[in-house]
Amino acid sequence: MDKKTHKDPAKTSAELPSVDLNPPEVQPQKPPAPPAERTIELPEELRKRTVKGPGGVEIEVEPLRDYYCEAPPTVMPAAYSKIVEDLFNWARAESIWILGFGTGCGAIEMRPLMTPRYDAYRYGIQWRPTPRQANLFVISGYLSVKTLKRAIRSYEQMQNPKYVVGLGSCTINGGMYWDSYNTIKRLDEYLPVDLYITGCMPRPEALLAGFMDLKRMIRAGEAEGANKYAEYFDWYKANQKRVIKDWDMPDYSW
Amino acid sequence: MIELYEQLKQRYALGEISVQRFDLVFITVPRENLASLLLYLRDTEGFTHLVLLTAVDWIEDNKFQLTYLINNRESATDLGLRVIIDRDEASMESIHDLWPTAATYQRELKEMFGIDFPGSPRIDEDFILEGWTEIPPYRRDFDTLEYSRDTYLERPGRSTSDPAQHMKQLFYPEDKD
Repeated sequence: MDKKTHKDPAKTSAELPSVDLNPPEVQPQKPPAPPAERTIELPEELRKRTVKGPGGVEIEVEPLRDYYCEAPPTVMPAAYSKIVEDLFNWARAESIWILGFGTGCGAIEMRPLMTPRYDAYRYGIQWRPTPRQANLFVISGYLSVKTLKRAIRSYEQMQNPKYVVGLGSCTINGGMYWDSYNTIKRLDEYLPVDLYITGCMPRPEALLAGFMDLKRMIRAGEAEGANKYAEYFDWYKANQKRVIKDWDMPDYSW
Repeated sequence: MIELYEQLKQRYALGEISVQRFDLVFITVPRENLASLLLYLRDTEGFTHLVLLTAVDWIEDNKFQLTYLINNRESATDLGLRVIIDRDEASMESIHDLWPTAATYQRELKEMFGIDFPGSPRIDEDFILEGWTEIPPYRRDFDTLEYSRDTYLERPGRSTSDPAQHMKQLFYPEDKD
């Protein structure tokens, strides 16, 4: 085992030996999954139906098309001048608001972080209860397929600019759940990850160091996960739909 | 517990008994007798608490074993009732009318082992897995590793080492044996 991994609490994605975050070039092509034996029907509330309005007016409702905006995300261009963009990035780096969504056992590390012992608030990092107010999504551990579905929807509901940090070895290569029938092994197949923090579990200090790395990346204009998600949207959607067999949500929800 | 077994034996057809501890006994019972036996034990003998309901896949015998573990709080004793059912088109009578919480166990067993409990509430709804299309994952003929390899992409570079060999190399690198 490499001794350096013990000394280094937080490693950025750049230091991981075999991790390449550029999606389309490196990904091995997988053959399409065989047709499912069991057909999965949409739940009743999402099926197309006719409802009666006031005065006996009949209205056709197709929830997945009518209740959500279907437009895919677009790449957000940088500001017109570099100095303005740098100012924006500085401001973004100083107000990292984390979505309070714990996906695995790593969520337990959030409590010591936000309480006085490690006090992440002094760095402008705080936790928000809704994706609308958050700009950092910490995937805190293993993701089962069921949770992945919720994580995708939460991520898509967050406002740009937004960042994703994968926490712990489960998000990197599956960790101890590498042979599980129900957890994904590579988070960056499904969501654009800006930074990984290694460990099982990473200590709160490792998370703080990771957040400092993320701040540096944002200030340098390198944390472009949301734009990457918009650019390779079809690729991400295809990956997501390959594992989420009962896709009963709009393709893009925000 | 042995007295209880002797007493039950006079009223019900019972299979073999295995005594794990003085306060934990397992009895194999025929499936027809299970509901009446559970009702009797719950209402008369004080086994009021259903601890768990779980299954074991005896794939070699083509059988499922259901274990109903019930607890008597007064005497702090546990009694496990084992029922052997066929593995093909496995189905069992529901006991949600005796313990409403059994419905949750039965939903789990339906999803994870494919054992049907006709009449149990919400038995056909997804419980933990959503959109599962393979054979139930807790059946022993389901290959978890192969499914995981086929479904989820792996990141190259993962390696494992035998802990004993690793520590030996770390501390006694010159020792070749």
